[in-house]
Amino acid sequence: MDWEAILSNTASWLISPETIAYALAALGLAVHFGYGGLLNFGMAGFMALGAYGYAISILTFGLPWWAGIIVGMLASVVFAFILGIPTLRLRADYLAIVTIAAAEIVRLLFTTQVFDEVTNSADGLGNYHEGFRAANPFPEGTYGFGPWEYNANGWWVRIFGIGLLIVAALLVWLLMRSPWGRVLKGIREDEDAVRALGKNVFAYKMQALIVGGVFGALGGVVFALPSAVVPSVYVTSLTFFIWTILLLGGAATVFGPLLGAVIFWVIMGFLSNVLPAMASSGLLPFMSTTQAATLRFILVGLALMLIVIFRPQGILGNKKELTFVKQ
Amino acid sequence: MSSNSGAHSPVKTTGLHIGEAVPGVAKVDPIIIADNVTRTFGGLKAVDVEHVEIPRGAITALIGPNGAGKTTLFNLLTGFDKPDTGTWTFDGTRLNGVPAFKVARMGQVRTFQLTKALGLLTVLENMKLGAQKQTGENMFASLIKPLWRKQEGEIEERAMEILARFKLDTKKDDFAASLSGGQRKLLEMARALMSSPKLVMLDEPMAGVNPALTQSLLDHILNLKKEGMSVLFVEHDMHMVRHIADWVIVMAEGRIVAEGDPESVMQDAAVIDAYLGSHQDVDLGVVTGRVSGENTAGVEDLLADIEAEVGLTDSSAYIADTNTDTQEEDTK
Ligand SMILES: Nc1ncnc2c1ncn2[C@@H]1O[C@H](COP(=O)(O)OP(=O)(O)OP(=O)(O)O)[C@@H](O)[C@H]1O
Ligand SMILES: [Mg+2]
Repeated sequence: MDWEAILSNTASWLISPETIAYALAALGLAVHFGYGGLLNFGMAGFMALGAYGYAISILTFGLPWWAGIIVGMLASVVFAFILGIPTLRLRADYLAIVTIAAAEIVRLLFTTQVFDEVTNSADGLGNYHEGFRAANPFPEGTYGFGPWEYNANGWWVRIFGIGLLIVAALLVWLLMRSPWGRVLKGIREDEDAVRALGKNVFAYKMQALIVGGVFGALGGVVFALPSAVVPSVYVTSLTFFIWTILLLGGAATVFGPLLGAVIFWVIMGFLSNVLPAMASSGLLPFMSTTQAATLRFILVGLALMLIVIFRPQGILGNKKELTFVKQ
Repeated sequence: MSSNSGAHSPVKTTGLHIGEAVPGVAKVDPIIIADNVTRTFGGLKAVDVEHVEIPRGAITALIGPNGAGKTTLFNLLTGFDKPDTGTWTFDGTRLNGVPAFKVARMGQVRTFQLTKALGLLTVLENMKLGAQKQTGENMFASLIKPLWRKQEGEIEERAMEILARFKLDTKKDDFAASLSGGQRKLLEMARALMSSPKLVMLDEPMAGVNPALTQSLLDHILNLKKEGMSVLFVEHDMHMVRHIADWVIVMAEGRIVAEGDPESVMQDAAVIDAYLGSHQDVDLGVVTGRVSGENTAGVEDLLADIEAEVGLTDSSAYIADTNTDTQEEDTK
């Protein structure tokens, strides 16, 4: 096995656009679940709206790239209202059911032939990069060091994504240290108690759903920036990867989702390199290299279970702060 | 803190009602007036109140056997549940269809029978959450700390003051989940006071609180009255009701069956039937085993009598019936 190539490939995941995109979405989910107790199982839907909002604005309506990002964010706000208005007054589990279904509906709407002219159905969208790349402040050429060597476009996507991530993390930090965040955490603990103290619980939950949803949409945009928008990406398993990242890092923390995303993608990157290599050098009998590559998804599921059982508060979470067992 | 410790008899407020003290009697200065409030669960009429007025500036006790509808009435009055019929006003404002959080903002705050401490918030955060009109609770203003720093400081000061009164100040940085059951009751009450309410509604504030703490809780409730608040509380322990209540309202099977000052209500035939059997000298605290009983023989008698009394008086047969069920459950 070529360990040098494996390690180099693994390290490149540290600041990949995928890592940044997942971190943004996980940060949104931290606002929803970690701080607000909202069981959103439709993060893939928010991400899809961000990505498609961006691509369609540019391709169909000829908007500039930054306006595309704003459209993606607005689409997620509308989606949050559609999800929240009927469900946020009900028990927490209703939101879970509705979000998982709504995200699937979003994906199917983008997949169906009916809107083929705009969405290009199952093939997805591409070639919307011109505007974003024209705005690239970095000089032409390939630079960097070690495993992190990219061309100008590669750097532009990464730096822009990291910029968004920093702003988002700062916003979450500001919100959660404030009285607004205190009300939200109170709602997570017991919404009737908060209601009895004169707070408009519904409005706070709606605001949290919107804020987290917009972060999810931005994650979708960053995911779309370097490549293409393909509907088959925004499946339910994407939502569960985001959940894994959130629980791994720590649900009620600002840096947990970022750390979780890095760990998740580095491990995924490592496994996707090392498992096929092991299979081809005969270390994994009964398995082809493709089978070995999918083995990592099984391991992710296993990891999610182990986290929830043995460290429910995540790596960065306060031991007492978030336990699944409420007394 | 309070020189007027509960060991001495607190000053009772009198002259609250107009005319004879019958169920639904008018009050001189009512803070809540409710009419025809009903709530059914399936076939069960949990609350069926024709008319009731809660006096202002006094401590009113709401008593009645388990399942009488006390908590349901609380839920209806505070907007946590919707009645089938009825209208009611708080401080002159009609409250029908007003959501719970707006009711609380008007100055009518409540606590819950099953304590709702916000476990993973610290004691101090719990308290701060009770304060009203916080600039920093607006999402946009919350991002800019200078807009709310000063108010936050004032709120914290007030919170520490109240916490000190409730002897919880040393716990301010602990998670509320780490408090004992009784301490959580105290915290919930302290938190409710952060909003400077006009009417405090306490659902069984003493349940599960040890006798030493009970005394200080009673003092707190008496203090609320001194500070000009009105109090409505549900309680099963007759000792306490007699001790601090200025007015007592008795519910049974959703209806109000008696009203009056504590002394006369304890002698009222309807109450005796509904609640105490024929042994008004026996304290319910002894019956339920909450107060260690020197009266054990009397309790045995009472239980036996209630059993025998079922169906004897037609007007109150159903009430005695409920009571018997309850007692049986307790003896199981
Ligand atoms: N959500 C509900 N669904 C169905 N029935 C209910 C509900 N809430 C209360 N009830 C019924 O309404 C009746 C009154 O209940 P409530 O909780 O008001 O009694 P309570 O007077 O507070 O009793 P306790 O002293 O035991 O607290 C009971 O018979 C109860 O079973
Ligand atoms: Mg009750």
